[in-house]
Amino acid sequence: MSTISREEVAHLARLARLEVTDDELDAFAGQLDVILESMKTLAEVDTDGVQPTSHAVPLVNVFREDRPQPSLPRDAVLAGAPDTAEDRFRVPRILDEEA
Amino acid sequence: MSRLNDYDKAVETYEPVLGLETHIELDTNTKMFCGCSTAFGAEPNTQTCPVCLALPGALPVANKAAIEATVKIGLALNCHIAEWTRFARKNYFYPDMPKNFQTSQYEEPLCENGYVEVAVDGVDYRIEIERVHLEEDTGKTLHVGGATGRIHGATESLVDYNRAGIPLVEIVTKPVPGTGALAPEVAKAYVAELRDIVRSLGVSDVRMEQGSLRCDVNLSLNKPGEEWGTRTETKNVNSLRSVERAVRYEVRRQSALLDDGVKIIQETRHFHESTGETSPGRSKEEATDYRYFPEPDLAVMEPSREWVEELRAGLPELPRKRRERLQATWGLGDKEMQSVVNADAVGLIEATVAAGTTPTGAVKWWLGELSRRANEAGAELGALAITPEQVAELQGMVDDGRLNDKLARQVIDGVLAGEGSPVEVAAKRGLEVVSDTGALEAAVDEAISANPAVAEKIRGGTHAAAGVLIGAVMKATKGQADAGTVRKIILEKLG
Repeated sequence: MSTISREEVAHLARLARLEVTDDELDAFAGQLDVILESMKTLAEVDTDGVQPTSHAVPLVNVFREDRPQPSLPRDAVLAGAPDTAEDRFRVPRILDEEA
Repeated sequence: MSRLNDYDKAVETYEPVLGLETHIELDTNTKMFCGCSTAFGAEPNTQTCPVCLALPGALPVANKAAIEATVKIGLALNCHIAEWTRFARKNYFYPDMPKNFQTSQYEEPLCENGYVEVAVDGVDYRIEIERVHLEEDTGKTLHVGGATGRIHGATESLVDYNRAGIPLVEIVTKPVPGTGALAPEVAKAYVAELRDIVRSLGVSDVRMEQGSLRCDVNLSLNKPGEEWGTRTETKNVNSLRSVERAVRYEVRRQSALLDDGVKIIQETRHFHESTGETSPGRSKEEATDYRYFPEPDLAVMEPSREWVEELRAGLPELPRKRRERLQATWGLGDKEMQSVVNADAVGLIEATVAAGTTPTGAVKWWLGELSRRANEAGAELGALAITPEQVAELQGMVDDGRLNDKLARQVIDGVLAGEGSPVEVAAKRGLEVVSDTGALEAAVDEAISANPAVAEKIRGGTHAAAGVLIGAVMKATKGQADAGTVRKIILEKLG
């Protein structure tokens, strides 16, 4: 029995905009379970008094001065777009929110 | 269109709880995480680079000036500045960010637990600040194919990423209970105070009409003694007047639903400037799960205490102090000063006085005639097409006896209609007090002979009766005489 449910996998897939078939839901649930189990090993380490980190290297306060640098030419920028119009990126209309 | 309760009735039955989320675009030279320019009004997609377009391999580096500006805002709002803070990714799929996430802050904001004090009708309200954090603005989306540029009916969207990545400070209040019927005024006063504080720091131009200050208004209602109700979040509230209107509208709308036993849904609503109404947007129940996690591409920040104290020591005079100083300089009473603040006229009057007129003259025009014009037009006082310098010029003409108040109001008509400066309008429209004493004396003589009984009274010492004759002379000169001068001539003749 997986500790992660089909519904949870479906939810994650939806959040990541992935199309997943019913068979895949079961397969991924099993695989994600294995990953979670493995991570539990880490949870056994005593981390009391250890500050959480988001980096392997102990770097802090890496800042940039507020000086403008050249931007990319627009042609180059729009060359990477699937579609353009009026010097802008053209995308399908967005349904779930009013601008 | 929703059924609405009468506002006064609604606040007799229900207690509003406010919450305000404000976004302020910083006016740094460059974006938050790259060196692209932030200059306003550039051609679409000319201020982008691999970092803000999220091209593979590009790495962000935080803009020091933006961090400094945010700490200053935090200090001015009496916040604690974090000893340890970091950025987080807010994941969502929406084409306004090419990265599919927005770099923001989650559990470790730069500033926390502050407060702002605002006064409404002589009562101080302390608005608690939950947090001040730093994030990046999104690109601008243009909906095409629809009738109004809105998404309904739109067939596609066009995106300009110039704005994507501009540093954006989010300021969130804790829930504000206890404002009662004054909730709309308190909300407006808070946003105005916040705007003035940030402006005094010189870190943003905080112009609501240009979108560099944007406001979301949260509101819930509950009956006295009961738990707080479900709140709605109204977006798109982009002027001080709208803040007030949005709160008022939600109080009226929600109270009508509650009266009918209908539950309020937690939802995002949109404010419509033209009608003052709100309409439902996305429901929070289906809202995105943002899956925040610490941003691995940016180093954590540890603002040193020495640096924070240095910034604190360098803070400029804040608006509350400034108002106290100006009130003393101008010699205004508390009530009058409150009116000035409510009308959002502190800066306008300061500039008018600086342009060479007396505080009394400046206050008179901005709070009187010009406030009336702004109300009639449904506009903010500062948006009127008249500058402080022009108001000073106008009052100067009144002081010199070239205009009386009635003529001055006609001059204002012309200035607001774009006919030029007060001096130019007066010349063009032929508006000038009749200073030709000969003409005035003739008009006075005529008035005396037309009103012998009144004249007799004045001769008998009843000077108050002179009003009738002054009125007659004003009528004869079509209002272009100075009442003081006319009165003097009458009393000389009959004294």
